Amino acid sequence: MNSVDSIPAKNSLLSSQAESERTLYPYVTGTSVIGIKYNDGILLVADMGGSYGSTLRYKSVERLKPVGKHSLIGGGGEISDFQEILRKLDELILYDNMWDDGNSLGPKEVHSYLSRVMYNRRNKFDPFWNSLVLGGMKKGQKYLGTVNMIGVHYEDNHVATGFGNHLAQPILRDEWHENLSFEDGVKLLEKCMRVLLYRDRSAINKLQIAKITEEGITISQPYALKTFWNFSAFQNPTLGAEGSW
Amino acid sequence: MSSIGTGYDLSVTTFSPDGRVFQVEYAAKAVDNSGTVIGIKCKDGVVMGVEKLIASKMMLPGSNRRIHSVHRHAGMAVAGLAADGRQIVARAKAEATNYESTYGEPIPVKELTERVASYVHLCTLYWWLRPFGCGVILGGYDRDGPQLYMIEPSGISYRYFGAAIGKGKQAAKTEIEKLKLSEMTCREGVIEIAKIIYKIHDEAKDKAFELEMSWVCDDSKRQHVKVPEDLLEEAKAVAKAALEEMDAD
Amino acid sequence: MTKQQANWSPYDNNGGTCVAIAGADYCVIAADTRMSTGYSILTRDYSKISKLADKSMMASSGFQADVRALQKLLAARHSIYQHQHNKQMSCPAMAQLLSNTLYYKRFFPYYAFNVLGGLDNEGKGCVFTYDAVGSYERVGYSSQGSGATLITPFLDNQLKSPSPLLLPAQDAVTPLSESEAIDLVKTCFVSATERDIYTGDKLEIVILNADGICREYMDLRKD
Repeated sequence: MNSVDSIPAKNSLLSSQAESERTLYPYVTGTSVIGIKYNDGILLVADMGGSYGSTLRYKSVERLKPVGKHSLIGGGGEISDFQEILRKLDELILYDNMWDDGNSLGPKEVHSYLSRVMYNRRNKFDPFWNSLVLGGMKKGQKYLGTVNMIGVHYEDNHVATGFGNHLAQPILRDEWHENLSFEDGVKLLEKCMRVLLYRDRSAINKLQIAKITEEGITISQPYALKTFWNFSAFQNPTLGAEGSW
Repeated sequence: MSSIGTGYDLSVTTFSPDGRVFQVEYAAKAVDNSGTVIGIKCKDGVVMGVEKLIASKMMLPGSNRRIHSVHRHAGMAVAGLAADGRQIVARAKAEATNYESTYGEPIPVKELTERVASYVHLCTLYWWLRPFGCGVILGGYDRDGPQLYMIEPSGISYRYFGAAIGKGKQAAKTEIEKLKLSEMTCREGVIEIAKIIYKIHDEAKDKAFELEMSWVCDDSKRQHVKVPEDLLEEAKAVAKAALEEMDAD
Repeated sequence: MTKQQANWSPYDNNGGTCVAIAGADYCVIAADTRMSTGYSILTRDYSKISKLADKSMMASSGFQADVRALQKLLAARHSIYQHQHNKQMSCPAMAQLLSNTLYYKRFFPYYAFNVLGGLDNEGKGCVFTYDAVGSYERVGYSSQGSGATLITPFLDNQLKSPSPLLLPAQDAVTPLSESEAIDLVKTCFVSATERDIYTGDKLEIVILNADGICREYMDLRKD
């Protein structure tokens, strides 16, 4: 008897056919990705942690990647799915380049493609377990959008996935504005990442920032944020807790 | 050909009594009628050039391309039936991407050639297939450096320093042999190929043509791309000047 | 490893409210621009209204990914229609097409709640209202989505649509003038925004009449 028979089906649509061939829950996951528009382009940030459940399994996962000449992608969620998506995108860009006709896919097209890929996989009940952020710049036009594992997608001036949507978005809504300089943009993102570092247990203090402008794509070397643990309750967590030590 | 029409030339699956497969030979004929295609291996890369005969003056310049990229690091120039050529190009692209997705590195040019050649050869083995009416020159750059191959309709493939197919192949080969390929850069190679193609083109007899060129070399970051517009124009100018000089003599 | 995430659902509810009102020679289609998931707002500026043909507009709430797939499918079907018939699809024709499209996925439905508004072949305003699997009806006004429970009774009260039980059947178009209808739409969205957490941020109003299409925006509460 296979396991499908013994486990009562919670949802008849979900428990059909070969369950073993589908991502039923993620293995190694990345946490939030944040993206903002700024003065002359887009900034994306993500840390480099790869969690195996609650274990910090990998510490140098690159979650920000260039896609062709005009786009940048940031991925959270299942890392293997993210890497498979990167392979698909590489092939897409390669086939587009081989036409050699002077046209190339921009961030808008890549975002649209990704939305369809994600939605198609959810339709097959075999989703790519990711939240993706897509930033790009083409012909002076900034672009920033996101897609999740079931195909929900939208554009905005600042986007954040996962915990970032809860912890970083409120900061961005307060402090983001149209003509942020590069330095201010980085400061703002670091502020968000610091909050995430304090409150998201799977966030780690090793991150990369990527920028895309008219000039091209640059992804920073990994670096750490300065942190402050002088908050009295951090220093003496048992203060006032009777019976504790 | 004296043995034409002896009943052994209608099928690719039947040998003639003297051990030939006529259909494959006819396919080679189709290639021999085509505009000349040249490829050379220089010290820093591979250059390919095509004498693309223009079927109609109303055709948009740059259309009906005969040189195609098959991966980042490899390209193919087609002589013969262009439509058959696209079939081979599509197969080459598929083989190249498939290799990369399996092994995570670009396909070696030798491997790519062997796979494409097997595919071309396959079409000479079954009665329900027709051999490809085209030959291709395949140029690429991998960790073993730049390489040049030619695949014929029979499925045969060899590696070359310089190769030519099509109408003017004999004249072109004679010219290529005069070149010092091992000392030549691709930049010089582009000009030499342009000169050869302009020289072997018979303005009185042949249709008008467009010179189409591509390269894979250090200058192009080992990527297969069209030769830059300015260099191509320069090459054409030099070739035309060389022609006039010759006519003047 | 222990399963740390609940089994995923192929559906989400991204909220939003849609309203359409048909008049004698106009049609008003409106929806808010908030997109949410659970207690989180995803974006404050996402248009739920799509133009399906010259004289039909669809406002959709529910699951955004399904809505988008539906919009793309209808756009594709409409461009085929144009190639085959050399004209724009009429609003009642689009209404039937939308119904068929929804019912085609009867056993894995589009989680989309639509109102279709436009002008019919006589230039009269028309509104079609749907459920997720394609049952539909031509009405004088309708509301769908997360704020529908608040808005529908309010519209019933204000517009006093003639009962469908009356014989002979009475015309369902509202007696209001165009500007009165627009004001009414604004009022009901302001009210719905007070009580429904999935409605807010901004109101997009599209007005269809003999002159063509025009758009209006109004800010709503952002909390």
